[in-house]
Amino acid sequence: MIELTVNGATHRVDVDPATPLLYVLRNELALNGAKFGCGMGQCGACTVLVDDRPVFSCLYPVSSTAGRRVRTVEGFGTPEKPGPLQQAFIDRQAVQCGYCIAGMIVRAQALLERVAHPTEQQIREHMNPNLCRCGTHMRILDAIRAVAATGELHRAGEKGPAS
Amino acid sequence: MRWRRTGYVAGAVLLAGVIVFAAIAWQPAIPPVKSPDIAITPELVSKGRTVVALGDCAVCHSPEGHPAFSGGLGLRTPFGVIYTTNITPDVETGIGAWSLDAFMRAMRHGVSRDGHLLYPAFPYIHYTKVTDDDLRAAYAYLMTQPAVHAPAPRNDLPLPLRFRPALAVWNLLYLRPGAAPALDASPRERGRYLVEGLGHCSSCHTALGIIGGESGRYLGGGDVDGWHAPALDVLAHAPRPWTVEQLSAYLTTGLASEHGASAGPMRPVTDNLGDVPPEDVHAIATYLMTIQTSQPPTAPKAGAVADASQLARGHALFDGVCATCHGDGGPMETQLGRPPLAASSALQGPTPRNAIMMVLQGIPWPSHPKPTAYMPAFADNLTDDQIADLVVYLRSTTSQPPWPDVRDEVRRARKDLSHD
Repeated sequence: MIELTVNGATHRVDVDPATPLLYVLRNELALNGAKFGCGMGQCGACTVLVDDRPVFSCLYPVSSTAGRRVRTVEGFGTPEKPGPLQQAFIDRQAVQCGYCIAGMIVRAQALLERVAHPTEQQIREHMNPNLCRCGTHMRILDAIRAVAATGELHRAGEKGPAS
Repeated sequence: MRWRRTGYVAGAVLLAGVIVFAAIAWQPAIPPVKSPDIAITPELVSKGRTVVALGDCAVCHSPEGHPAFSGGLGLRTPFGVIYTTNITPDVETGIGAWSLDAFMRAMRHGVSRDGHLLYPAFPYIHYTKVTDDDLRAAYAYLMTQPAVHAPAPRNDLPLPLRFRPALAVWNLLYLRPGAAPALDASPRERGRYLVEGLGHCSSCHTALGIIGGESGRYLGGGDVDGWHAPALDVLAHAPRPWTVEQLSAYLTTGLASEHGASAGPMRPVTDNLGDVPPEDVHAIATYLMTIQTSQPPTAPKAGAVADASQLARGHALFDGVCATCHGDGGPMETQLGRPPLAASSALQGPTPRNAIMMVLQGIPWPSHPKPTAYMPAFADNLTDDQIADLVVYLRSTTSQPPWPDVRDEVRRARKDLSHD
């Protein structure tokens, strides 16, 4: 049995230690926000946070989570009360098919928690690993900029690891 | 009386020492110029473009996220961090006020236009061998690039090393000024000229001594940015011996079909060499294959054979994390003429360092789109023990003996990375 903490809740799952975290999140815990895109760490659709760092969960063995804090897009808000990035993505209609969006929001969250008001270049470099096949990148960037302007996700006093 | 005489002698020796030191350390400023002081023709600029590419100037002076040639890359040396400077023709923060003489003096002697001595992280001990014609062309090319205002960040060095005149002593030991042109028109001589001079291969591929001078066997292997720069004089003794063709392909495209992809600090070098005339890369490969040792290198100390449970853990991790790309029939095994993973230099090499670094850092996407190898970084995905299990397992899939102390090496590599 493997114990892992996701969005503050502790779970015990009976899987092989090398199973990718993404499979555990989706198949065992029914957290279907993170998506299987390429399975090769090239698209970012499966991005989740582990100890505040964005990782490709399709290439992340579940046994690596021991003692670490996993966060997924489900932990950022609810349909009734979306988190700041979720609300900004809705307001700016940054979603076309939506497949990449959970990964986009999660990766952006990591940056905005660490840097209160990132520059345009910082945002673009940080978001570089995540792809959107529909091509809504401009709206995605716009939504991120809107939250960056408020600085509300920034965790004061936390320097956080470089990404 | 005796004491007084001793005092005079000591004083005289000290004074003489100061005078000699001042004579070798003091360099005059070269007057600024308003514009380049040579006739700049399109042919000269075009030649200079090739010279600058062969000199790998952009590797250090055009780091990711900075405008071309504006510097700002922090070079981690054992002594501290030294930042590369702006070599665009900006008058205030670049080399815009430099005459050809000032440029030549910097390249040949490691002296800035204003007379201060440059740190040998700038490879003037190699550039000194470059011919006047090539330096002139490089000057013409750099002086016609867009000027960028970019002051160099302050170096992070301990106090004694901030006293630049002391570099004069280092120069006495390691700098042999003067051009070393090719002696004839053969590819071998052209290759020697490029390897020793512009290419400054030994800056990374020769081990450095305690004061940062190249003091190991020439091109016998070195360490840079946490990676192992392999020995270039034993390529013929590799499990699959390198050939001129494999080496040329590797240097030009970053991928050798029998040895794998370039990574780490070599990646920008192969990116650069993709842009120079193929005959120059062929010359470099030709020369390197002529300096191979007659005897194979002594085998490094082998580690204990891994226990079955560690191999099983490594195998399981491989299946879960790596196999989508590297498994049988996976894209890395079937596309673009890549070698099987077990044949790659990183897994065949004398130390596990580069295999570990590949797992930790991967190969980033290039800034300029071109056919390339890419691999995600796993530093945040795998624990040290998992990386050790994986690397030990992967080594067991080769014909080589086990590496010793892989677990400790993972910890050391991670520590080297944490200084970034």
